[in-house]
Amino acid sequence: MTPRRKRMTLVFGIVAGVSVAGALALNAFRQNVTFFFDPTAVTAGQVKDGQRFRLGGMVTKGSVKRDPGSLEVHFVVTDLKNEIPVTYTGVLPDLFREGQGVVAHGRMSGNTFVADEVLAKHDEKYMPPEVAKSLKKHQGETAAAPAPGAT
Amino acid sequence: MLPELGHFALILAMLLAALQGFFGIAGPALGRDRWTAAVTPAVAGQFVMLATSVACLIASFVDNDFSVLYIAENSNSALPLFYRVTAMWGAHEGSLLLWIFLLGCWTVAVAIGVSKLPRRFAARVLGVLGVVSFGFLLFMLATSNPFLRLDPPAPDGRDLNPILQDPALAIHPPILYTGYVGFAVAFAFACAAMLEGRMDQMWARWTRPWTTAAWAFLSVGIALGSWWAYYELGWGGYWFWDPVENASFMPWLVGTALIHSLAVTDKRGLFKSWTLLLSILAFSLSLLGTFLVRSGVLVSVHSFAADPTKGIFILVFLCVMIGGALTLYAWRAPLLKSQAGFDLGARESFLLFNNILLVIAAATVLGGTLAPLISDSLNLGTLSVGTPYFNPTFMLSMLPLTALLSVGIHANWKRGRLSDSTRTILITLTIAVTTAVILVYGVYSNGKVLSPVAATLGVWIIISSLIDPIDRMRRKLSLPRSVVGMAVAHVGLGMFVLSVTTVESFTLERDVALGVGQQTTVGNYEFRFQGVEAIEGANYNGVEGTVVVTRHGFPISVVHPQKRQYWVQRQVTTEASIEMHHGSNVFVALGDDLGAGKWSVRFQIRPLVNFLWLGAFIMALGGAIAATDKRYRMAKEVTAPVAAPGGVTAG
Repeated sequence: MTPRRKRMTLVFGIVAGVSVAGALALNAFRQNVTFFFDPTAVTAGQVKDGQRFRLGGMVTKGSVKRDPGSLEVHFVVTDLKNEIPVTYTGVLPDLFREGQGVVAHGRMSGNTFVADEVLAKHDEKYMPPEVAKSLKKHQGETAAAPAPGAT
Repeated sequence: MLPELGHFALILAMLLAALQGFFGIAGPALGRDRWTAAVTPAVAGQFVMLATSVACLIASFVDNDFSVLYIAENSNSALPLFYRVTAMWGAHEGSLLLWIFLLGCWTVAVAIGVSKLPRRFAARVLGVLGVVSFGFLLFMLATSNPFLRLDPPAPDGRDLNPILQDPALAIHPPILYTGYVGFAVAFAFACAAMLEGRMDQMWARWTRPWTTAAWAFLSVGIALGSWWAYYELGWGGYWFWDPVENASFMPWLVGTALIHSLAVTDKRGLFKSWTLLLSILAFSLSLLGTFLVRSGVLVSVHSFAADPTKGIFILVFLCVMIGGALTLYAWRAPLLKSQAGFDLGARESFLLFNNILLVIAAATVLGGTLAPLISDSLNLGTLSVGTPYFNPTFMLSMLPLTALLSVGIHANWKRGRLSDSTRTILITLTIAVTTAVILVYGVYSNGKVLSPVAATLGVWIIISSLIDPIDRMRRKLSLPRSVVGMAVAHVGLGMFVLSVTTVESFTLERDVALGVGQQTTVGNYEFRFQGVEAIEGANYNGVEGTVVVTRHGFPISVVHPQKRQYWVQRQVTTEASIEMHHGSNVFVALGDDLGAGKWSVRFQIRPLVNFLWLGAFIMALGGAIAATDKRYRMAKEVTAPVAAPGGVTAG
């Protein structure tokens, strides 16, 4: 091969490699991205059947229940307008608390959200931005009526 | 008094940084030698002021001066002395001061290091560093002054975030920042070369040790952070693809590409403009990292100091610095033509692929990190990108990279005669495959499809890296530090790859509800729960569990995982207990009181997970060895005239 041909082969190889990598990355991105929904969006039916998503909101006060001695825990997530019951089996994060913001990963099963991961990785002053936004929005909408769960 | 003194020192530091930047850039440009000569005193003065400022802040922390807002928010009279000192960089304002102080340290080191280089070039390097420092000091004084007073003073402080009350926090941020900030030096060298309009192999030789040193610090910093997250934050995870982790990992990837590209520029005078571009990119990603972490625009475990208004300033600063450097690059890069060519099978080709793959990896991480931000600002919905995206896309570039490394390490410069090394390559590959198969199917059994492949690649890197040093020793040839350092760093990488493979393939994990006296089995280990007891520490109280660990009935250890509640912030932290046994980490963390006398407990068995951090430390050690090679010290003693092109020494 002439040096020119060689260089062209090299350049062509690199371009092809980068394109393939880009296509595969984009594909992985499309398949593996999870969307965030608040309880109002879930109630409005914005979630597709069986879709894995992140549910965020505040843990309703007094809603955390578990059968004594069982790893399964039930609680309710609210955005001050709508509520979604959540089930989770496992160890809850240190910062999980009633009246605090929470983000859970999982799927809807009937009217209950079955979480496989619960995140509350922030300190007491801090609220996940998407949860804060959602709470603010719905607080405005329900300003006249007493907010459910916000007692 | 002390806070005012610190504040005043900061203002003086900013003025000196401005002078350093102005004299360093304008002096050589206008040919005013007296301006040029004023740069070094400005560097020294700025450093003294920054050190004074840091000392004042630490002294105020030690004194429990809660009339200072930052201290009232991040310390407490019950906080142990050690953490009162480290609390200085526990939140935004202080960590920014640390950032600038470390930049000052680098600048002083550079000022000493470049004193033997041509004076104009040295002044330009220091001038660019002065501009960076000025920007950060302005940002700090305008938006995040740690010395602001609180009137009336708080009776006591709100305490340091309990998850930060840990020995690793004491060293993680300073070392990580030293790495981050170190890329400013490579950036300054690149800008100085572009301002001069000249860049040769000597330039690469001057730049290499600094870049390698910064890279080594960054490697240690990231590894420490990962280790800290493993035992303190993450319930046993070592990497979460969290925005803040990505923010430190992207400069690392580009920095790794840069040290390899610099090798080509140094040895062969090639890849010149590419090296400059990588120098700019590495530092830009460091700045972007600061922006991502400090503006709180992304949801992150680390974003306890979130404030969007500060983000705007950093964004403007980012645009000025990066935009300016890229404009300079567009103007000057066409001047830098590389003359020599190389064969397809030559070492240059392999390093080219190394660079492409590392930059692709950095780009996929960047894409995944910024996607939620972009989607949100375009109203396309709030989305999150996590491990399911990052793991496969990252492996896509890392698998070929590691495979090419084991082949390319035997390639010669310029001439592509890989056929000479075919035997070596085949023998090392055979040994690697055999070892990997024994490990995957013999020692641990089963695993995933990629387990034997990845294990092979890990072992292959380790063996291949040792071939050249062993060969040199047998033939009684010289063994310069650059060769040893490279081999050591690559062995570290091999260990890292191997460890990630075993951890990802063979980790066992279970959450179990256990009553007193009950037992559970995870893998080959049995765990008997003996109940909990109340404990009290210096500034917290909590419970401590007792778990007896046995393996096939033989006693291994008795562990005491804790759950602490800190008094001031009422925050709960989990202190997992981690024991090493047969290369595996046995991890036990206490969960919640489930009622009816039962507790939830998490058990994990992670094989060879310690090799992951050890591998990263060994990589950094390799960097440190290579950075102290004699040829870089020699290079500094050579003043003008610059060595003739092609004056490449062996080794």
